Formats: sequence, C-alpha cells, structure tokens
Amino acid sequence: MKLYNGGKIITGLIIFLGLVTFPFFYNIGKANVRPDPKIDTPAIKELKEKKCVESKEFMRAEHMKLLNDWRDSAVRDGARLYVNTEGKAYTISLQNTCMHCHSNKKKFCDECHTYMAVNPYCWNCHIAPKEKET
Amino acid sequence: MSIDRRQFLKIAGISTILGVGGAPVINWLRNDRLEASHVLTDEKALTGKHWAMVIDMSKFETEEDYRRVIHACHSIHNVPNLDNPKDSIKWIWTDTYDHTFPGQENEYVPEEVKHKPFILLCNHCENPPCVRVCPTKATFKRKDGIVMMDQHRCIGCRFCMAACPFGARSFNYKDPRPSLKEENKEYPTRTIGVVEKCTFCFERLSKGLIPACVEESQKAAKEAGKEPGMFFGDLEDPSSEVRKVLSTRYSIRRKPELGTQPSVFYIIGGAKNA
Amino acid sequence: MLEKALVGSRRYWTWLFFLSAIVGIGFINYLYQFKNGLGITGMSRDVSWGLYIGQFTFLVGVAASAVMLVIPYYLHDFKKFGKIVILGEFLAVASVTMCISFIFVDLGQPMRVLNVILHPTPNSILFWDMVVLSGYLFLNIVIGWVTLSSDRKGVKPPSWIKSLIYLSIPWAFSIHTVTAFLYAGLPGRHFWLSAIMAARFLASAFAGGPALLIMLALIVRKFTKFDPGKEPIQAVGKIVTYAMIANVFFLGLEFFTAFYSQIPGHTHPFKYLYTGLEGHGKLVPLMWISTILAVVSLLLLVVPQWRRSERILAFACGALFISLWIDKGFGLVVGGFIPNPFEGVTEYWPTLRETSIALGVWALGFLVLTLLYKIAISVREETEGIEIEH
Repeated sequence: MKLYNGGKIITGLIIFLGLVTFPFFYNIGKANVRPDPKIDTPAIKELKEKKCVESKEFMRAEHMKLLNDWRDSAVRDGARLYVNTEGKAYTISLQNTCMHCHSNKKKFCDECHTYMAVNPYCWNCHIAPKEKET
Repeated sequence: MSIDRRQFLKIAGISTILGVGGAPVINWLRNDRLEASHVLTDEKALTGKHWAMVIDMSKFETEEDYRRVIHACHSIHNVPNLDNPKDSIKWIWTDTYDHTFPGQENEYVPEEVKHKPFILLCNHCENPPCVRVCPTKATFKRKDGIVMMDQHRCIGCRFCMAACPFGARSFNYKDPRPSLKEENKEYPTRTIGVVEKCTFCFERLSKGLIPACVEESQKAAKEAGKEPGMFFGDLEDPSSEVRKVLSTRYSIRRKPELGTQPSVFYIIGGAKNA
Repeated sequence: MLEKALVGSRRYWTWLFFLSAIVGIGFINYLYQFKNGLGITGMSRDVSWGLYIGQFTFLVGVAASAVMLVIPYYLHDFKKFGKIVILGEFLAVASVTMCISFIFVDLGQPMRVLNVILHPTPNSILFWDMVVLSGYLFLNIVIGWVTLSSDRKGVKPPSWIKSLIYLSIPWAFSIHTVTAFLYAGLPGRHFWLSAIMAARFLASAFAGGPALLIMLALIVRKFTKFDPGKEPIQAVGKIVTYAMIANVFFLGLEFFTAFYSQIPGHTHPFKYLYTGLEGHGKLVPLMWISTILAVVSLLLLVVPQWRRSERILAFACGALFISLWIDKGFGLVVGGFIPNPFEGVTEYWPTLRETSIALGVWALGFLVLTLLYKIAISVREETEGIEIEH
C-alpha cells in the first residue's frame, strides 16, 4: 500500500508528537515534591484547640466551595456570621478570619496550589498577608 | 455494524450533550454542604430598612473638613489616588454647587454657597437605574436600601456607569495596587476591569459602626465644638437622627426630576439659613 | 460547501493573508490591553464607552439590514432579489460576529462573560441584547447555509426553513431596537433619552447596511464571475434612498426638539458635537464631514438619473456609509457622555492601540465575510442560469 504525501504526513506526525509530549520531557529531572503545607504560624500556635473553621478533610476537599458560599452570604445577603457544624461562630472574611491563622500563604496555600497548577485570582483583590522573607 | 456519517454525528452530539449536562446533575447530587452549618447576621450589626444620609453643607468650612472626610473613606477602602484624571477612582469627592445641582443653577445664590465645595457620593437611590441595567446583578439593591457592589461578579461592561445620572461610579482602567501608598489590610482592593463606588460602609454596618465619612465628620465637629455636618440613619425609623434633621431643616436632593429617589439629602444653608 | 473557501486565486489568498495580518496585530494589542487594562484606550471616568461600543452599535445596524432583502423576496415575491439575499444573510453573519467581538474586547473582565448566562437578568437590556444577537447569528447561519446548499443541489430548500426565515424578519428589527434601548432608557443621558432612538437606529441601519451591500455587490461583479444584476442593485438603491431620507428627517426632528425647547440638557450635547462646548471641540470637524457627506449622498441618490449610474451610485453609497459610520459609530456614543453628569466636558479620542484593536475586529469580520462570500459566489457561479426557487 502506497502512502501518498508520505513526506508531509510523517513530518506532521513527528511535529504533533513533539508538541503533545512536550510537557513530559520538559519536566524531566525537575523535582516533584509532595506539597507540605505548614500550619505553624504564630496565630495557630496561640490557639488552644488547633481547629479550623471546619474539619481538615472537609476543608481539603471543599474549601473553595465554602469560600464561594461565604462570598455570597457576606456580599449578597449581608450575613457575616458563620456557625460551623460544631456550633462555633466565625466572622466570614477571607482576609481577617482564614488568613488570620494561615498567615503564611506561601508555605500553606501556595504549596498545594503550585503543585496542582492552580492559580486562584482571589489575591488580585484580597490582600494576602505580608510574609517575612525567611 | 455499518453506520453512516449522519448517524455518527447524531450519536456523537447526543453523547456530548448528555455528558456535559450530566456534570451539574452529579454535582448537585454530591453532598458538599454540611447539614449543621448555617449563616447569621452579627447581633452587633446595625440594621435598617432604608439607610440614608443627610449632609449639612453649612457645617463644612475649611479645606481640612473636606479632606478628613474623603481620606477617612478612601484610606480604609484602599481607593487608589491615580495621577491621570481620566482613570480616577473616587467614592466621595467634592465639586461646585453648579456641578452638584445642574438644573438648579442660580446666579444670585449667596457667594458662600456659590464658591463652596459640595460633597458628592453615591446616592443609594430607592429606584436605581444602575441596578436596572446591570446584566449580572453584580450591582444590586439590598433589603436595607444600600445599592451594593459584588466585585466577584462584575464583568466590567460599564453599563451601570452609563446609567448613573450622578456620575457616582468609577472603573478600574488599570491595576489599582501600584498606586496604593498605604493598604488597609482588613479590606480588599479591587482589580483591573471592575466598577466600584461607595457602599455606605456595609462592612462597618455589619460590625455596628456607622459609615467612616459620617463618623469622621462628627468626630471633627466635636473636636471643634461645632454641630455635626453629616448624619446617617434609617429613614423608616421615625426616631432616627436623619428623620429628626429632615423634619426641621429644608433639604434638597440631586436631580429629583429623574425619579431615582436619592437617599442622600443636602442642607444648603448660606448666610441666614446656616 | 466549506471546501469552496479553501480554493482560490492568488489574489484571494493575498487578501486573506492581508486581513489575517491586521487581525494578528490587533490581537497582539488586545493582549496588551488584557494585561494592562482598558486604561490604554481613550476612555475615562466620564466617557466610559468609546470606539468599541460605537462600532458595535453601528454594526448591529449593518447586520439588521439583511431584512431589507428578505422582506421583498420572501414576503412579496420580488424575484429579482433571489440571487442576492444570501449576500445580505452572510453580511449579517459577519456583522454580528464583529458585534460580539467588539463587546468582548470592551469588557473589563472578559473571562467572566458567562456570568450574563449564569445569572440571567431580564430587567437588563444588555441581557436581551445577548439573547437577540446570538439568536440572529444562529438564524442567519442556518438560513444562509441551508438555502445555499439547496441552490447548489438545484432543489427547493426544506419547508421548515420558511418558519426560520419568517422569524428572522421581526428578529432583525428586534436586534436594533434592543440595541437602541440600551441608550434610550437611561435617565441621566439626555442626548439619548429620546423615544425616536430606535426609529433613528432602524432608519440608519436600513440605509447604511444596504449601501454596503451595493458596494459589495459591485465588488463581487468586478472580481468574480457572478453578476448580482443591474436591476437588483437598483432596487436596493431605492431602499437606501428612502431609508436615508427617513434617517436625515429623524435627525432633523432631534435637532428641532433640542433647539426649540432650548433645554440645556438637550442642546449641550448637540452644541458639543457641532460647534464645540466650553472651548472643547475635538469632534466638530468629524461631525460636519458626516453632515456634508449625508447631504451629498442623499442628493446623488434622490435624483433618479444619477442613481441609475452605477458609478455615481457607488460613490453615493460610499459617502453615505462613511457619514453614518461617523454619526453612529462615533458621534452618537461619545456625544451621550458629553457633557458629563456635572455639566463638565471631558473629551474622548481613541488611542493608537485602541484603534488597532478595532481594526483587528473589522478585519476579522471581513475575513468571515470573504470566506462566506467565496462559498456563496462559487455556488452561484456553478449554478449559473438555473432559476432560484425558495
């Protein structure tokens, strides 16, 4: 069976394979470290009970959903008090509640986000806590 | 099994629709909300049915009076001070009598009124045209009367800016952050491409505080031993400060003939009327 | 039929390449705007809509003008338009594409554009604009494609297409009425707060769109083997004439209301545009060019002997198109914002990058138009001599 226009086809295939596999061989040799978010901020150290607004498992999976719900409650409904599953009340605020404890955005939030190549644009408006250069 | 092109396309199309349509259904079935959690308003929060402001211009005398009020607002809300006037963002600002009340121009108004700067801000109208035109409800009217901005939803179409008869809205033509000299870390900034304006300090109201401009002007008045120049309160509460002032002093609003029912009232004063 | 757009003469490919280059340059400038914000345009806090929205407004009119061919042919059996209705429908597709693109480049947060669909707001005219424009795009693509492929096969189109065609008639009126409603319902902008806004829009659309169509038909005759025909072009010319009379008359009505009532809110925008206000008069020369071109083109169109000469007709249509482009695509939008709500004047003029992005969108539209016309003309050339039966 003759392959018509074989030259163009083979060339095209090679270019296509090159583009498709580019992400893989570009990252060869780069360390792919498991994310290790740190929760040893001064604010967390001062807490008697080391608990977040909700459980770790819930937050890990659903923190973005919670933040979206918080956004709608605070901005659109004007309700700023969140009562969690254990009955404890928190002020709804990314900057003043979440980031008050997790004041190390680079070693906490960014750890997983960078690993997953996720780039949330919250920080365009919500001022991220200033971190020491250490 | 032989299948012709038309059948193949039909099957592919239906599969795509089912697949794409199935995702939100599965999302809806997934339990990602917690049963016991719920949201409340803070007990401390100030509540009202129709927030309004009265500005007694006769109490504003020096440049400092104006500067303090504007700075109080712009500093806590991270409003940038941009060099190029065309990109300017202002939530509360000053302008002349003629510019504040075009249509009320009067050559024979007392000199001190003619040349005095007036304070302008969003009027939080009862019948706001900006809310009517917003295609995403990014600007909307709250139950307490505040015309609110949801910066998360704004697509930057600027229809609200065209609709506002009072020029109260500003657009972020560029990134505001480089021009911010001091940041209030407890309040967000805005980003490129969204519209912003005064929000009657909704975040302060939810903590039991009155708007920053009013608080600052009342503070300044107390320091100088004068009567306050700004009042804030619930128009539907007959015992509120604003109702008391409005019942004793004559007030006007900007462009009332347009029917937007502004909630910001001005007491002009001037000579014997001060 | 798509394959017909993929074969062509050297001239065809050069033209496509030229248009793509303009699109490319515009796209690069758009990336710059996306990164740095709309501050790179001439828009300001006072003049918050400028060239992009002006072009959008003008092009909605051009898109609606397809109905001026559809009504005579499908409702009144005016057989002369049989071969050229497709040119109107495809022009509508290219125009609506440009409209949507202009809206997109004007948005401050374009990534959020789906919010208009996720959070539908029926009280917002912009919501309805999105609905009617998308619908009109869909209608014209389907109608154009189905009728053209039937012509190619030498058969009548399927009967269900008739319902879509009849729907497209009021729909065409609706797209420009809704666009006019964007302006005519805003309480603070007295230049636009006129009941006659939608009527003016439609009149200028039905003059400007068919004028462009005449010019395109003449170009098609010159560069291809398809001749739209002398009589169809003359018939369109008559439509352009009557629509332009209405348009100029309506503008006169606006002038009367403003200057007889002498209400400052009404007179000041006109003064700014035609004589300058408080020492500001950037737009004055442009508006007078528009007026002179309108009068000249109307004169050339109204006299039958002149209109019958295709050379004069082409010139008149060109002058008319430019005149309406200035009036609607620039003067109307900018004039609404000047003077500002405080009776002050902040002028507007587009920047270089802004102009490049606008040209890029126009080139994109012409690219779409060229490709679609190539298909339509190839079919007409193939089926020469066969009567069209819709």
